[in-house]
Amino acid sequence: MANRERPLSPHLQVYKPQITTTMSILHRITGVSLALGGISLVWWLMSIAIGGEAFAFASKQWSSPLGLVFLFGFTLALVYHLLNGIRHLLWDAGWGFDIPTAYKTGYSVFVVGFVVTGLIWFCGLRGGA
Amino acid sequence: MSGEFPGGGGQTSRAPAFRTPLKRARGLGSGKSGTHHFWVQRVTAIILVPLVVWFILVLLSLVGADLEAARSTIARPWNAILFAIFLVTLFWHARLGLQVVIEDYVHKRSLELALQLLVTFLCGLGAIASLYAIARIAFTA
Repeated sequence: MANRERPLSPHLQVYKPQITTTMSILHRITGVSLALGGISLVWWLMSIAIGGEAFAFASKQWSSPLGLVFLFGFTLALVYHLLNGIRHLLWDAGWGFDIPTAYKTGYSVFVVGFVVTGLIWFCGLRGGA
Repeated sequence: MSGEFPGGGGQTSRAPAFRTPLKRARGLGSGKSGTHHFWVQRVTAIILVPLVVWFILVLLSLVGADLEAARSTIARPWNAILFAIFLVTLFWHARLGLQVVIEDYVHKRSLELALQLLVTFLCGLGAIASLYAIARIAFTA
């Protein structure tokens, strides 16, 4: 390490939360959650492959209150990670990295995310009824 | 002067900074693989964008479906193929993402290594178990 005064990372406790930093950490949190939730995806496929009681048991879990809460959280995380992931890919392509655009796309992710999640659940609950 | 270069000339003050920054970076961190990790993470992300949309639509079509309907939907050739691509890409992408999260936040080397191995094994297991389930559904429906 060079013995020079360098700017340190901001101390998160005294640092004003910004939408850019908040969305960055949310991207990681949703990513880790989705990876863990991916296990349930394998379990779901397995229950269909095995069929019989395994499928009946899995169906009961999915439609239980806890299962529905899990599915709703999974949907929110998936839609957020998808939309913010597209935002990241646009940055990688060199578009929208200036602060005003990053803020605009950031707020758009939240608005579009809630609308899309609502739409998915509207269709799901209507189809299931 | 040479002493001020970090890690440049070894311990003695006589030794000039023969080792270039490139030489010191090689074999460490991204020096092993360059942008490969970054690139594969992006490629899998691009594959997953349309597949996630497709997957949500398939799941919505299966709401309230019985076992036979679910089996015949997944067993349709293109559905089975896309399911396989989706699950493998998902676990690959998950492994790359979790790897970086562990690298960033776990500072105890032994724990980091254990977690990296665990994540690698579990993601591999998830992908292979998914392929098994999809194949079993596709070939027995």
